[in-house]
Amino acid sequence: MTTEMLIAIIITVIGASTPILIAALGELVVEKSGVLNLGVEGMMLIGAVTGFAVTFTTGNPWLGIACAAFAGMASSMIFAFLTLSLSANQVATGLALTIFGTGYSSLFGQAFTGRPITPFRSIFPPELATDPVLRLIFGHSPLVYFSLIMVVAVWWFLTRSRAGLILRAVGENDLSAHSIGYSVIGVRYAAVAFGGAMAGIAGSCFPLLLTPQWAERMTAGRGWIALALVVFAAWRPFRLLAGAYLFGLVMTLELYAKASGGAFSFLPAELWASLPYLATILVLVLISLRRAGHSNAPACLGKPFMPAS
Amino acid sequence: MKADIAPRLQLRGITKRFPGVLANDDVSFAVRPGEIHALLGENGAGKSTLVKMIYGIMQPDAGEISWNGHPVTIPNPKAARKLGIGMVFQHFSLFEAMSVLENIALGMDERLGPRELSRRIAEVMETYGLKLDPQRIVSTLSVGERQRIEIVRALLLEPQLLIMDEPTSVLTPQEVEGLFATLRQLAKRGCSILYISHKLHEIKALCDTATILRGGRLVDTCDPKAETSRSMAEKMIGGSLKDIRKGEGRSFGAPRFVLRDLSTRSEDEFGVAIDRASLTVRAGEIFGIAGVAGNGQNALLDALSGEVLGERADAITLDGTAIGRLSPSERRRKGLCAVPEERNGHAAVGDFTLADNAVLTARDRLGMVGAGLVDRRKARSYTDKVIGAFSVKALGAHSLAGSLSGGNLQKFIMGREILQRPSVLVVSQPTWGVDAGAAAAIHQAIVDLAAEGSAVVVISQDLDELLSLCDTLAVINEGRLSSPLKVGEASIEEIGLLMGGVHGTEAEVHINPGGGVAVEA
Repeated sequence: MTTEMLIAIIITVIGASTPILIAALGELVVEKSGVLNLGVEGMMLIGAVTGFAVTFTTGNPWLGIACAAFAGMASSMIFAFLTLSLSANQVATGLALTIFGTGYSSLFGQAFTGRPITPFRSIFPPELATDPVLRLIFGHSPLVYFSLIMVVAVWWFLTRSRAGLILRAVGENDLSAHSIGYSVIGVRYAAVAFGGAMAGIAGSCFPLLLTPQWAERMTAGRGWIALALVVFAAWRPFRLLAGAYLFGLVMTLELYAKASGGAFSFLPAELWASLPYLATILVLVLISLRRAGHSNAPACLGKPFMPAS
Repeated sequence: MKADIAPRLQLRGITKRFPGVLANDDVSFAVRPGEIHALLGENGAGKSTLVKMIYGIMQPDAGEISWNGHPVTIPNPKAARKLGIGMVFQHFSLFEAMSVLENIALGMDERLGPRELSRRIAEVMETYGLKLDPQRIVSTLSVGERQRIEIVRALLLEPQLLIMDEPTSVLTPQEVEGLFATLRQLAKRGCSILYISHKLHEIKALCDTATILRGGRLVDTCDPKAETSRSMAEKMIGGSLKDIRKGEGRSFGAPRFVLRDLSTRSEDEFGVAIDRASLTVRAGEIFGIAGVAGNGQNALLDALSGEVLGERADAITLDGTAIGRLSPSERRRKGLCAVPEERNGHAAVGDFTLADNAVLTARDRLGMVGAGLVDRRKARSYTDKVIGAFSVKALGAHSLAGSLSGGNLQKFIMGREILQRPSVLVVSQPTWGVDAGAAAAIHQAIVDLAAEGSAVVVISQDLDELLSLCDTLAVINEGRLSSPLKVGEASIEEIGLLMGGVHGTEAEVHINPGGGVAVEA
């Protein structure tokens, strides 16, 4: 295998990992505030179709991302209103959001099926990306750099900032946070909105970073992987980065298995294709084997906030 | 009393109504600067509601609050803190997975850098002799240490009034002494303290003035040092106290319930496991198990009731039969009934009727199930019998368990077990959150059951309850039982030292399985 091929593989892995990483970072913040939003897949699809449609009509992928973020946030607000203001069951509402997002994106994406868009041009001067090694640093989509900056930003926010401390407090013990005088519902709305925006951006990665055209259900279950990844990473941003790239590697293997055949033919292609999902299940089983207290899960995760009257 | 100084806090005609209840009815009193003022009353007397209005969590429907002579409205806790009102809650508002420092930072309205905050914390701890490591994670701390976090948090705001809500209910006698020393020092510096409690001897020892509430109304404001505990208690419950009637010259029969080196494994990492517990309860004996919350009381109850099984069958014997590997239902059939601490959700199902709840534990002993079918008539008549015998305030056997007040549900649960005439009764926190009248009835029923020859084990955090109820006492600490002490011969200091166990801050006290106490510097 040549260096160039290796670098090409690494770039593919990073690209495949990016939407999972972005969505998972958003969900991590949501869960740290004590809310479990299972609608990530749905919000990603809404983001994907919005990102595609806006980029297709305006020709501006930046605007596409911004609108995808907004659409993801807007859809998360439906979830927030139902679960936070009306105390609806978070699991059921999240699943409903995914079903809604799937249907919505299929309906509005119909008109765009099979039409191509121009994805991002490099944000760096193209000379920088000629050398294969430099390409490893400068040859990515802006979305990749965004995801890496967000890893550091989320880590800093949660562990170093006062707002992050309050957010963790709300997720750890909502009643105490309330009695001290913090707005539990307000903090959770903000967290869910952030998670929605991140899921929307993650969705827009599919047409803007991976395959520059619209396909129905193009997120292909990556939202679920992002959810599993948050648990796998024990709610820690840097572990999330490692986990996302691991999943990206597994998914890239699948692509190579399909393309090159020969070297990968010792296993049937279907098995390669199911690897990421098998890996997800395996990871979740491994995590469940560990003792509950070690998982670092926010204590109020998924519980509705019901202050005593 | 100095008349020229405005009271720190004055309440005039405070009234608060909830749907169906008048929580506070025209309550007026004043707290002077530097005064330790007790707010005394039973559960449901309206103390918490009153305090919540002072701290801005609730708003009064009528009445006026004056602060240093000026009428104020306190819209939220932040405004209360700004005025200089601090509060230490009964249930700590702490975040288990975070450090002491982070917890304190969360309670501060001012934004301070971690370094500045650490310096101020060190200063407060130095001044008041409070010891805490700011980097420790809260889940690793004892209850007394957790309370210290709350106190430090309140003191950092340099309050002029500190509200303490039932602060000693979770402390050992030694920790109580330490707390009182801190509070006296605070008062000497001019900070007023509003001390909420129903423990009369503490109020006599600590407070300058006591305001007594009953049913939302102010009954009396008095000098606790001039009153007897009994006179204050009678004002508090609005009637005369009944003493527990124990038979004269009680003697015990043969051992009925014996534990030999019972050990269990902990279910989760924060839980406590039972470590080689041994005890013997004779017929007619009431055996108390004292201890600070979270030292394995729940694990012990689970092990005795059969919810968690130990390794050996002969670790628990009932009238000589090994029952250590039997399920809760099998143990009930053999004659062991148990009442866990949590009534709604563990001892009873809130969404079930009282009759259905009776079926859940009494079905085998009283033959309520035949050929797989529930005999509804038997269940109903037994439930009515429990309601009658224990004067449970409920609409009838068909009312939902969850609709009963805590005290009434507890009376029902105790009655459900006691009327099954078990050979052995194990109860945890029999009168937790129960009003004095109901508590007296429950205590009497336990004494009467023992008088008929049953062996009774009472697990409680209320030392006064155990001392008045039990014949023999052991202390549980970190899952280990001390050797038994005869009530009447054991001193409070001795019991307190055992309860303190390894939670001491300076000297670490270990209880050997044999019961000896070793103090390490």
